[in-house]
Amino acid sequence: MNTLPQQLANGLFLGSMYGLIAIGYTMVYGIVQLINFAHGEIFMTGGFGALTVYLYVLPNGTSMWIALPAMLIGGGIVSVLIAVGAERFAYRPLRGAPRLAPLITAIGLSLALQQVVFNWYPDAKNDLKFPQLPFGPVHIGSVSIQSGSVFVIIAAPLCMAALALFVSLSRTGRAMQATAQDPDTAQLMGIDTNRIIVIAFAIGGFFAAVAAVSYGLRYGTVKYDMGFQMGLKAFTAAVLGGIGNIYGAMIGGLVLGLAETMATSYIDGIPGMQQLGGGGWSAVWAFVLLILVLLFRPQGLIGERVADRA
Amino acid sequence: MSALLEVEDLRVAYGKIEAVKGISFSVQQGEVVTLIGTNGAGKTTTLRTLSGLLKPLSGKITFDGKPLTGVPAHKIVAMGLAHSPEGRRIFPRLSIAENLQLGAFLRKDTAGIEKDIQRAYDLFPILGERRKQAAGTLSGGEQQMLAMGRALMSQPKLLMLDEPSMGLSPIMMQKIMATIVELKSQGTTILLVEQNAQAALSLADHGHVMEVGTVVLSGTGQDLLHDESVRKAYLGED
Repeated sequence: MNTLPQQLANGLFLGSMYGLIAIGYTMVYGIVQLINFAHGEIFMTGGFGALTVYLYVLPNGTSMWIALPAMLIGGGIVSVLIAVGAERFAYRPLRGAPRLAPLITAIGLSLALQQVVFNWYPDAKNDLKFPQLPFGPVHIGSVSIQSGSVFVIIAAPLCMAALALFVSLSRTGRAMQATAQDPDTAQLMGIDTNRIIVIAFAIGGFFAAVAAVSYGLRYGTVKYDMGFQMGLKAFTAAVLGGIGNIYGAMIGGLVLGLAETMATSYIDGIPGMQQLGGGGWSAVWAFVLLILVLLFRPQGLIGERVADRA
Repeated sequence: MSALLEVEDLRVAYGKIEAVKGISFSVQQGEVVTLIGTNGAGKTTTLRTLSGLLKPLSGKITFDGKPLTGVPAHKIVAMGLAHSPEGRRIFPRLSIAENLQLGAFLRKDTAGIEKDIQRAYDLFPILGERRKQAAGTLSGGEQQMLAMGRALMSQPKLLMLDEPSMGLSPIMMQKIMATIVELKSQGTTILLVEQNAQAALSLADHGHVMEVGTVVLSGTGQDLLHDESVRKAYLGED
């Protein structure tokens, strides 16, 4: 099963998920220059929101075809509310404060969200079983794609295309670009920049929830600490692509997912590196890649040049 | 007749440092008023307070009969006050056309917006030629044209221009000043902040000389242009 096409497919799946989460980091950073380190937990709560809908809202035995949209909506609502609430009550009062203050707040919020879920969600100390789509792996030639991966491989491009159209064509999207480039001047155009910031947090939250449902479908479980490493990797993907750039986030996600998958499956075939293969090294290779990009292309793969503000 | 803009005893501070220490002036419908003075006199601070980007410590601003203090910046544009900021501040990664459309962000009349964009292209033909180009690729003077055109897109009752001649070549500066004269002749009310006192005073109806946060001298443009202390301090004469 470990053929190259199979590994490419695995990498694409993982990368799409990173990309969806990375959108949240990059949109918020692009507009308020804040690294929202609680975004990994916004992702995690989306997974729990979706699970809650399945376990406690829908009647037992609801078909997954009906449950899945409801879970997406439920998870989306939870993630969006937490993201927007964090902006309104944690970050907005600190706007204009030294950069370190909101950063520490974000880290605190991230720990708080984990602990709230850990302590209050029923049985949250264990891996919680996430419902699965009712069909087996899809085979395309020698490649086998699990049902859980099928979802993200369809959902991620749809989300991205919708976001790209929204940002480039809608009035609000253009206001968003203006706010990212120069928030003061955006206000002089009559743009309510507070509203734009809320929208950026909300879109990031919704995409994180879609990623969380993908995660649950693919790995079969959700857990209160699942946002930590996924968040860190997605942040890496955002920096890799060029933070602040939404296309960069998606491309950074895909590159990271592919690189990680390739490294863990092939590096141990290189003479002298037999010890360095396998899944346990995936985070190491992800961050090696990040360090290389930061050394040789600090603005990211397709990052914006900074010097264009005349 | 009451003034379009009335500023009374305005005080503005950055933290503990007071940058504007109680200034008063007014702008009548249809006239060009200029604030001149050296760097740090508080001219830009005054404009940024008028457009709502800064909150005043105290004082009263009345625009078109309504108080402006405490109104957020994005709502002040809607009241008819447009601000072309210092350093032009065009949106570099958006096209020229998109920059102009953002100037009309609050307007809903698509046909009218198109007509006004065309008018901006007539006023500044170079903008029309490069409409699809990213605004960041324009020269300084062209960016200034774009910033002015963008501010006009909101159909303002009062146009505030902050240092439109800053960093421009003499030829480009003349072009910009000629445009201001043209706008004035079309009836646009303008509040102009300039370091180039000669140019500003020769086209202004009224002028106010600012020094470290206060207005030290006021008069008609012509009076100030011929005032001995102004000539010494700002026009480089002995």
